[in-house]
Amino acid sequence: MTTSISELSAQVRQLRSHDAWWKNPRWARLFTIFAVFMVLSILTNKVQGSSSDYTLLFKNSWFSARGVQFLIGSVVIWAIAEVWRARGLSRIAAQAAQPVRQVKDIPALKNVWVKRASLLVLVVVAILLPTMGMFTLPYFQSVLAGQVGVYVLAALGLNVVVGWAGLLDLGYIAFFAIGAYTTAILSGKLPIGADGSPEAHPPFHLNLFFAFPIAVALTMVAGLILGAPTLRLRGDYLAIVTLGFHEIVLTIARNNPKNITGGALGATGIPTFRFNLFGIHYDWNTTDSKPYWYLAIGLIIVVVFAFRRLEHSKVGRTWTAIREDEVAAAASGVPTVKYKLMAFAIGASTSGFAGVLATAKITAITPENFPLAVSIFVLAYVIFGGMGSLTGVIVGASLMTFLPAFLQGPPSWFNNGVPVVDPKDIPMWIGAVLLVMMIFRPQGLIPSKRRAQELAQAEHGVGDADAMTEPAEGVAP
Amino acid sequence: MYITQHFWELLFQGIRLGSLYALIAIGYTMVYGVLQLINFAHSEVFMSGALGGVFMLTALVGTDGKTPGGFSAVEYTALALIAGAAVGAAIAFSLERVAYRPLRQRHAPKLVYLITAIGASIFLYNLAGKLFGRNNLQVPEPFHSGKVFVLPGTGPAGPRTVRSLDMLIIITAVVMMIALDLLISRTKLGAGIRAVAQDAETAQLMGVDVSKVISRTFLIGGLLAGVGGVLYAMFHAVNYTMGFVPGIKAFTAAVLGGIGNVRGAMLGGLLLGIVETFSQGIFKLEWVDVVSFVVLVAVLLIRPTGILGERTGRAA
Repeated sequence: MTTSISELSAQVRQLRSHDAWWKNPRWARLFTIFAVFMVLSILTNKVQGSSSDYTLLFKNSWFSARGVQFLIGSVVIWAIAEVWRARGLSRIAAQAAQPVRQVKDIPALKNVWVKRASLLVLVVVAILLPTMGMFTLPYFQSVLAGQVGVYVLAALGLNVVVGWAGLLDLGYIAFFAIGAYTTAILSGKLPIGADGSPEAHPPFHLNLFFAFPIAVALTMVAGLILGAPTLRLRGDYLAIVTLGFHEIVLTIARNNPKNITGGALGATGIPTFRFNLFGIHYDWNTTDSKPYWYLAIGLIIVVVFAFRRLEHSKVGRTWTAIREDEVAAAASGVPTVKYKLMAFAIGASTSGFAGVLATAKITAITPENFPLAVSIFVLAYVIFGGMGSLTGVIVGASLMTFLPAFLQGPPSWFNNGVPVVDPKDIPMWIGAVLLVMMIFRPQGLIPSKRRAQELAQAEHGVGDADAMTEPAEGVAP
Repeated sequence: MYITQHFWELLFQGIRLGSLYALIAIGYTMVYGVLQLINFAHSEVFMSGALGGVFMLTALVGTDGKTPGGFSAVEYTALALIAGAAVGAAIAFSLERVAYRPLRQRHAPKLVYLITAIGASIFLYNLAGKLFGRNNLQVPEPFHSGKVFVLPGTGPAGPRTVRSLDMLIIITAVVMMIALDLLISRTKLGAGIRAVAQDAETAQLMGVDVSKVISRTFLIGGLLAGVGGVLYAMFHAVNYTMGFVPGIKAFTAAVLGGIGNVRGAMLGGLLLGIVETFSQGIFKLEWVDVVSFVVLVAVLLIRPTGILGERTGRAA
């Protein structure tokens, strides 16, 4: 006996018709859409609440013309969706006789030269970007150099930890801060003297390019010190320990022990990059952001090249093995703690590296430049782009650093109005992006094929997709 | 010596702070028991409970600075605590429904869970900042906090007295913890929670409604955190970021006592509160957070399963 889907659904409808009308799932859908719209009405409202009138924002976004617009909007969207759904159902019924899924043609391996050429085009576009359209504005050039470049670099490092090794590091910006403070100390602006101004004879006074290797080494050591004890523990403890580490680093920076960190005022007047070699003299001065952007592009290319080699090396494959099944990896003789530690230290040193670049651009640092929120933002960039995929991370970080700056706009765009998105609301939106991505698309915008497959498999109970489980007992560490 | 002079005062403050940490830590530990998830958004549940209590107080007492007395003081305090508990429970419940249930139905890996929790946390506290302003909220006093008894030893401002607010905090916390302990060890829901913590799949086969147990676990955790939030609001600044530090301290307390172990969370909370106030006496105030994180790392290294050990799924 064969029964078509349309017949079946007709029978189901017959059964359902005896139920109370409100048990029909379409009303649940209406309620969901309505709730989403009411939340959106608050989220997109430019008005900020006040500490003296708690109902202000609710009144403004629900019990007003704005609320009515959103109410009508939700009903319209629901009605369209229901019609669409009805059409879709009949189409599914019609297709039921056809094969379930057509096997897609697997495209032949792409020509490697096509890939390289497209990469080259991307780099050329990035280099020419400051001469195009709105990017000629100093505001956007500054955003490119100080935000996009720096955070793409930082996100690439976090990708090693989260995307490749499957560890969750919530204190990532602590290493960024260590890099920044190292830069300030090496350039002679820290420690400060007893009177609060920089010491006349600081212990170091170096060209800032020397800060790169020293900061990388220092942050790597810091990562090893933090990771060595904690990476032996269950993976989710790492998240909380790194969070605590971030607070410790910030507390030290704020409390100014021995005048090393300059306390709440931090360090100011940090010199810019200078190049004085072979008779060439060049100074990355603070008035023009373009040279920083070019420097950032250069550094990103170096890091991406190094990480690509790493990804396909023995180390990269070991990380894959650890995150796919840590117990199996350990049983096959992989020293899991060593490789996790390696990922953690590489991530930390990349963060320190980015910290040096950022410090030379902004030339003044205080502890408030490195709040915990930034650690979570960088995590959001990696997740949004697609963890484990270098292209994804670069795209994700560029988009998510550029968009808030774009929505706030340069001062000349919003002389007499409010920006499209209040800068204070940006963290809220970033939290929402993390939440929505994790619920609906955990593999990110441009996922790494392997990572997407792992996430899907883990959901079917095969493998782990992260290094969060407890290390197997009795297996060599 | 400062700490010998102020021993009783520091101990008492430690117990007061620690009983609040314990109330929050229970939420962490119970959720960890049933889902193996560090619910980072629990600190926002605490914050929203505090906000709920403050709004209730503002509505009842008003902001004119008058302190009610007699029966209305008791009534207002009780209503504020109930409002905080209700808001905390509601937020925790909807958090589970909106954020964690879709992940659970998909059997998402642990990393996805953790990142969702962090996203929910950052979203919720910034939303609270947008809704109710980013300044400190004014908290009306529901009752006149008078002297109950005097502690031995003298402080910088004369002898240290224990006020009725301090007693309220400690008594409420103790009563709630005893009630929870009874709930977990004596009731059917408690047996369900223990069963799910031990082995969710088997529990389901034995007829336990796992989804229901999980959402009720969130509900109970949110209720306790909400009450803790209202009590905390009575002697601390209230704003949208108030949840972060107590949240992370409470998590430390949960790990300290042994995560998944409800009695461990209570013990860990008290212990951490006392350690913290004594380290305030020894070091400067600004190093206290560092001390508690160092305690966390030390505990994880020396005894990763906490003081009482992880007893996920055994009778409290």
